[in-house]
Amino acid sequence: MSEEIDWIARAGTKAKGKRPQYFEDPAIDRTLSILMALIGEVSVMRERLDTIERLLEDKDTISRADIENYEPDTKAGRERGMLTKEYIARVMRGVQQDMEALAQAGEPSLEELSHTLRDM
Amino acid sequence: MSLMDIPPPYTAVTQHPVFPKPGHDEAARFNFLANFNKYMAAALGAGNKLAYDKRILPAFVKEHGREPKDRFEIRRVMNKDPWHRFWSALKRNSMEMRQQNGRSMVLRQLDELDAKARQYNEGRDTLRLDPKVLVPRYQSAVDIHCMPGSHHGEERPGDVSAGANYDSGLFATTAGGLGALSDGGGQALVEWIKKERPGWMPKRILDLGCTIGHNIVPLALAFPETEIIAIDTAAPSLRYAHARAQSLGANNLKFVQMNAEDMAEFADDSFDWVQTTMFLHELSGSALPKIIKEGARVLAPGGLMLHLEQPQYSEEMPLFEQFIRDWDAFNNNEPFWSSMHALDIPEIMVEAGLPKDQQFVTGVTAVVDETIFPKQKQGEGEDHGRAASWHAYGAWKPVS
Repeated sequence: MSEEIDWIARAGTKAKGKRPQYFEDPAIDRTLSILMALIGEVSVMRERLDTIERLLEDKDTISRADIENYEPDTKAGRERGMLTKEYIARVMRGVQQDMEALAQAGEPSLEELSHTLRDM
Repeated sequence: MSLMDIPPPYTAVTQHPVFPKPGHDEAARFNFLANFNKYMAAALGAGNKLAYDKRILPAFVKEHGREPKDRFEIRRVMNKDPWHRFWSALKRNSMEMRQQNGRSMVLRQLDELDAKARQYNEGRDTLRLDPKVLVPRYQSAVDIHCMPGSHHGEERPGDVSAGANYDSGLFATTAGGLGALSDGGGQALVEWIKKERPGWMPKRILDLGCTIGHNIVPLALAFPETEIIAIDTAAPSLRYAHARAQSLGANNLKFVQMNAEDMAEFADDSFDWVQTTMFLHELSGSALPKIIKEGARVLAPGGLMLHLEQPQYSEEMPLFEQFIRDWDAFNNNEPFWSSMHALDIPEIMVEAGLPKDQQFVTGVTAVVDETIFPKQKQGEGEDHGRAASWHAYGAWKPVS
């Protein structure tokens, strides 16, 4: 542990340079930062759980040191990478679907469709 | 599912003797970011072009009766597009998280890291720091890459936090594309020169703006008889760079704190190879030509000048691609990126005394252990600005 510096506070210090504002309401910028950090931390917890599961497949009891020192082999590394990739695709679904909607520009609303079908 | 689609785990990164030791969750944070960055480029990157083609461009043409005339006009209208805004906001957060994640890991163990670096640095004449060298204004204006303190920051005098943090996170921002030691650029230079000039044995090589030396160490190891000098203005990065290089056995490599705009202590014609890797875009409009001129001055006749960078903007490059390549300039604290990529580098080299008929441009792709680290996508799905492939702008200095 680093004794002389408040490393937790210093880790999150702001970089010099005005931050772009991406949304009209700055609260949305802030909320997204918090959400992204949480999305990252859930991924971290899931990976930790995966580590525990894999360690327990090999022996009955494990220590925290076992978890900290775990290194996946190539196969396990790929499986865990897939897990993360699949997780990200799930949480980003809305953004990805908005992208697909861009390609389908001009789609009628369901209300319009409802009227069309009624009159067909 | 090809290997290309999934970054290797962070545990595949080589933990050289001065590398920060990641805890389980710290490695997992970088695994998340590496995957997330890949997803942002490969799965969502195309959305920006879709938004442009489907609604931004038609609306612009309708309003102005013409298409946008440059990348700046595109940026101004794209910054109003809700999809592009959201994509940018996500990506900016990824950059900020990478910094917090790296700094948290490094600062937690800073005592140990400083002690390890001291073991390699104390009493060795291969590291020369000079407190008289000031941080240039173009380096202190903002913290580049959103990296708090930039390359010259210190948490306490004499520490290596800046270098260790930079080293630790290269994996995440490039999704593993630079290889186990994040030195795919330097490895590519070695491979390129061995093909280009088989058997060539440069006596002296000069690397400008070396930061943590990750791209010069491969050259030092490939040419063990060559005297190599790497300079930078940032002492904290040099302390880490030197310890890192020594721990990897690059003993023919000397790190000197010096501003490349004025290298008066080096004689004319005294190096056989002068180079930069991903450095020119961190300068300023006046510093860049000065540095190339100084580099050409110290370069020996018949010697090689080489600059690795992302591709320059040209008339052939579509304006939309120029706009998307500009993302880092305005969203990731790279204030010189946009103007640098529009400069006429060949002309600047001519003015430095390196005529066009001695110049060349070539493509260079990161050389990595492809059984573990993926080859990166170019073109469609590329993470513009971070792709592990570059253009090399070079020249051989005329002999007479």
